[in-house]
Amino acid sequence: MRVALFITCVNDTLFPGTGKAVVSLLRRLGCEVDFPAAQTCCGQMHVNTGYRDEGVRLARHFTEVFAGYDAVVAPSGSCAAMVREQYPKLVRPGSRGATAVAEVAPKVHELSEFLIDVLKVDDVGAYFPHRVTYHPTCHSLRGLHLGDRPTRLLQNVRGLELVELPAAQECCGFGGTFAVKNPAVSAAMGADKVRNVLGTGAEVLCAADNSCLMHIGGTLNRQRTGVRIMHLAEILAATEEAQ
Amino acid sequence: MSSTFLGMPGSFPKNAAKAVQNSQLRYNLRKATHTIRGKRANVVGELPDWQELRAAGKAIKDETLRHLDRYLVQMEEAVTRAGGHVHWARDADEANRIVGELIKATGETEVVKVKSMATQEIGLNEALAAQGVTAYETDLAELIVQLGDDFPSHILVPAIHRNRAEIREIFLDKMEKVPEGLTDEPRALAEAARLHLRERFLKSKVAISGANFMVAETGTLVVLESEGNGRMCLTLPETLISVVGIEKLLPAWRDLEVFLQLLPRSSTGERMNPYTSMWTGSVEGQDFHLVLLDNGRTDVLADEVGRQALRCIRCSACLNVCPVYERAGGHAYGSVYPGPIGAILTPQLRGMSSELDASLPYASSLCGACFEACPVAIDIPEVLVDLRAKVRHKPAERAGMRVAGWILNDQVRLAKAQRLATRFRKLVPKRLPGPLSAWTDTRDLPDIPEESFRDWWERNERA
Ligand code: SF4
Repeated sequence: MRVALFITCVNDTLFPGTGKAVVSLLRRLGCEVDFPAAQTCCGQMHVNTGYRDEGVRLARHFTEVFAGYDAVVAPSGSCAAMVREQYPKLVRPGSRGATAVAEVAPKVHELSEFLIDVLKVDDVGAYFPHRVTYHPTCHSLRGLHLGDRPTRLLQNVRGLELVELPAAQECCGFGGTFAVKNPAVSAAMGADKVRNVLGTGAEVLCAADNSCLMHIGGTLNRQRTGVRIMHLAEILAATEEAQ
Repeated sequence: MSSTFLGMPGSFPKNAAKAVQNSQLRYNLRKATHTIRGKRANVVGELPDWQELRAAGKAIKDETLRHLDRYLVQMEEAVTRAGGHVHWARDADEANRIVGELIKATGETEVVKVKSMATQEIGLNEALAAQGVTAYETDLAELIVQLGDDFPSHILVPAIHRNRAEIREIFLDKMEKVPEGLTDEPRALAEAARLHLRERFLKSKVAISGANFMVAETGTLVVLESEGNGRMCLTLPETLISVVGIEKLLPAWRDLEVFLQLLPRSSTGERMNPYTSMWTGSVEGQDFHLVLLDNGRTDVLADEVGRQALRCIRCSACLNVCPVYERAGGHAYGSVYPGPIGAILTPQLRGMSSELDASLPYASSLCGACFEACPVAIDIPEVLVDLRAKVRHKPAERAGMRVAGWILNDQVRLAKAQRLATRFRKLVPKRLPGPLSAWTDTRDLPDIPEESFRDWWERNERA
């Protein structure tokens, strides 16, 4: 299967470790991974902040870059949701690029969807002997309806102790540019999320989206809590040999 | 919209920044919204066909809105046939004038009111006061707001920002006759309100209401409530004036089957509300007037994306699940419609020319909890994003977003920008300047890596 990695601009620039983890995980599971170098950004920040024209340009660029692959895997629930749920509305049927969107968008999968629905594995043979709690992130939960896919994968990681996060379904307050446009409310939401994370006694907070983790993790760091953030891919890529 | 809220200074972020530091408000809101949230989740969860009901609610409202012209005329004919009078009001001023004249014709100077969003939207109480008419709110929470000279902060529970100790203070301060030794027990407070209101009910010859639904087929108006005060207002006075937004229509009587399930479960978290009053035209000699209110609704109807906001049945489920509303409170929205529905309705009804109104579409993290809870499936995030594209953006932001778009639209430019960031990674300050300080005020920045993913791939993997 020819799988393309859509790294997303945030991961590409700030969290390359997540990308490397996806590559090693998918290869371990027998996939041939390609990284189309022309890829850039899905356009979510622009569209959601009200800059639709820029967003449409980025959407057209995305579909040109990823045309022709069997599957596109993104280690981000929110970028995958952008492509699959928002592109078809953004690039209207009949307008330029709409056919390409209709063809490419359904092939874009968030990592846990790809593992469970396409590769049909829920035990990826990982080893990670730590106490972990999982934040489901809004777009994964209510946009993509990932359900228990990520936690099923985590439950099968050897050594990992998964503790439930109270009020897990509540937004962490990141919300893209919301975090800087409404900093007070964003921080207040982040504070409640952090309180819940600390209550679990976990060492690691895991999610399928580094942007939300960047917000919660930034708050965890600022408060010197000692809890670290990790993307789902990095935990699933960890093995006994690689410890 | 409401003259009381109109021209409110500030912006949502500024108002909210003050509200989040108010520990009493935060506590009240958390407690109240979480309680209603839980009740709603239980009664919605017990219905196996909730999603079908929701789809039916959406479909009925969409059908009504598509043929609103026809249904409105049908409604007018049915009400007239049943002995009622129908008036058409283009905007708030016209509606207030019509109601004022109708009251004047009765010779009365005092009226009782049933809780209604439409009359708040048009600032009816204030307009009547200017004409020498005093309007008395009879809903307990509205009474608290009115006595406290305050603004409502929730659609269903307008005094949600008050706790019982504060309510007791307001009663002691503002009620003419307060029972001796009034405590802050809910039962005692309700009893005090009851005594205060009883006289008004018996004395008043004119009542003003809104309606939750209007049935075009029969000309029937429907009000759902919990306290029974509405029933008293609707039945006792000699004249009843109902001000209702034109989108409150339902085509047929049988459509109520769907909405009488959707509304109480979404709103108060009850299977059924205690009182449902229905009336058609003039009943038992009562003089009945229906004022059909547009006030910007036909403009909303013309907008392909935004028109779904007119499906709203004002249940307030979206407020109760909204993490932003929970922390910012209702007043931050500067409108009688707070929360997620307010963030999409207010800018459509009164435009986005003020700083406050232009900030409302951004009063959301787009978490989608509102859409999931909405009983008529209004895709609130979709409308928010659409409104954001229509707001006039600040020049500095627009310039920044253009540059970002230009860099992000090309791999070479993106790679160059990334290399620039990694080269100077050690120089990035812990606290960023300007608007980006909004990030570093409360959060650390992530470390910028030595190498972007694409450069790593290029170095190691490019065959
Ligand atoms: S938008 Fe939906 S959830 Fe919110 S008040 Fe209206 S009907 Fe209720």
